[in-house]
Amino acid sequence: MTPKRKQRLMLVSLMLAGVGVAAALGVNAFRDNIMLFHSPSDVVAGNVAAGTPFRIGGMVVEGSVARDQNSLEVNFQLTDLGQSVAVSFDGILPDLFREGQGIVALGSIDSSGKFTATEVLAKHDENYMPLEVADALERAGNMPGTEATFKNKTTVSP
Amino acid sequence: MYRVAGILSPLLAGACVLSLLIGLYLGLVVAPADYEQGDSYRIIFIHVPAAWMSMFVYMVMAISSAVFLIWRLKIADVVAVASAPIGAAFTAVALLTGSFWGKPMWGTWWIWDARLTSELVLLFLYLGYIALRGAMETQQGAARAAAILAVVGVVNIPIIHFSVEWWNTLHQPASITKFDKPSMHISMLRPLLIMVFAFQTLYFFNLMVRVRTLILEREARSSWVAALAGERTNG
Repeated sequence: MTPKRKQRLMLVSLMLAGVGVAAALGVNAFRDNIMLFHSPSDVVAGNVAAGTPFRIGGMVVEGSVARDQNSLEVNFQLTDLGQSVAVSFDGILPDLFREGQGIVALGSIDSSGKFTATEVLAKHDENYMPLEVADALERAGNMPGTEATFKNKTTVSP
Repeated sequence: MYRVAGILSPLLAGACVLSLLIGLYLGLVVAPADYEQGDSYRIIFIHVPAAWMSMFVYMVMAISSAVFLIWRLKIADVVAVASAPIGAAFTAVALLTGSFWGKPMWGTWWIWDARLTSELVLLFLYLGYIALRGAMETQQGAARAAAILAVVGVVNIPIIHFSVEWWNTLHQPASITKFDKPSMHISMLRPLLIMVFAFQTLYFFNLMVRVRTLILEREARSSWVAALAGERTNG
């Protein structure tokens, strides 16, 4: 390798290292902003101010969904397997919404700790399988859970 | 290189068409419906290969740009230039198909989560690269500036890949590219991998065709191109 090329190689690697460090610092600094949603534990811990709009993500607790007979209003509990938060929503739910399914809701929390959503999105997990396999796994009790998706990644400083 | 590309391209085209047909047939007809999403999940056979290729093509572009910057190899620059529009197309396909799937499944066309946003940034990197090339007066200056952009932009690739692990996102985590066993049933995985192969050959086929054209364009004044042109017109 000629000295000239060596110099250019050094220059390119330095440039990459520099940009890499800058990106790492930037991404780390905006950590809280890049997080799409807060977990229920986060919300219960009081890291989100009442009245400000934010997104909450978690699993719909089995057996907690209560639909209003005369309107589209629906109430349910959202959990990250640590804490849970009561959510109420008045609108059309996505197809994938069901008990045990992960969702992300946009809304705000009131002083009593109840979350009122203006938008509910379903969060799909990474498992794909045919219906028969899902049934078989269900019977055997080996169904992969959506828990992994909602490991508490948010460590937001108050 | 010109000759090698000429021999490779029909082979690649054949492999691409064959695997595309098999992959699409297995994916759209043979593979069973998903237990939760029904038939809508079948867009994965386009979406995932396109998204992988969008990153793969960028890596090819960044590495050949680095090689060009350091060793000043002209062919490395040609490969990078030829890759950019192909990569941009793969990225656009990944974003569009993701959007079509997102509407019925998530309930929204678009959300500014880390995965979607970083993939959009990738599209802008490709477009920026193409634009920068077009904007500069001299061939050499353009090549150098664009190569630097391509190398710098490579930081985005790990961000795209790990975005679903580092942050809370609406996009689901990886089903296949992880150390664990794939979270996908074999009857769905097989057509997906065939489609990935089809997209790979599609890229390399396109690359070969474009590289040939670019070499001819750049070497238009050289004697071997003139001889080749003469052969064609006389024969």
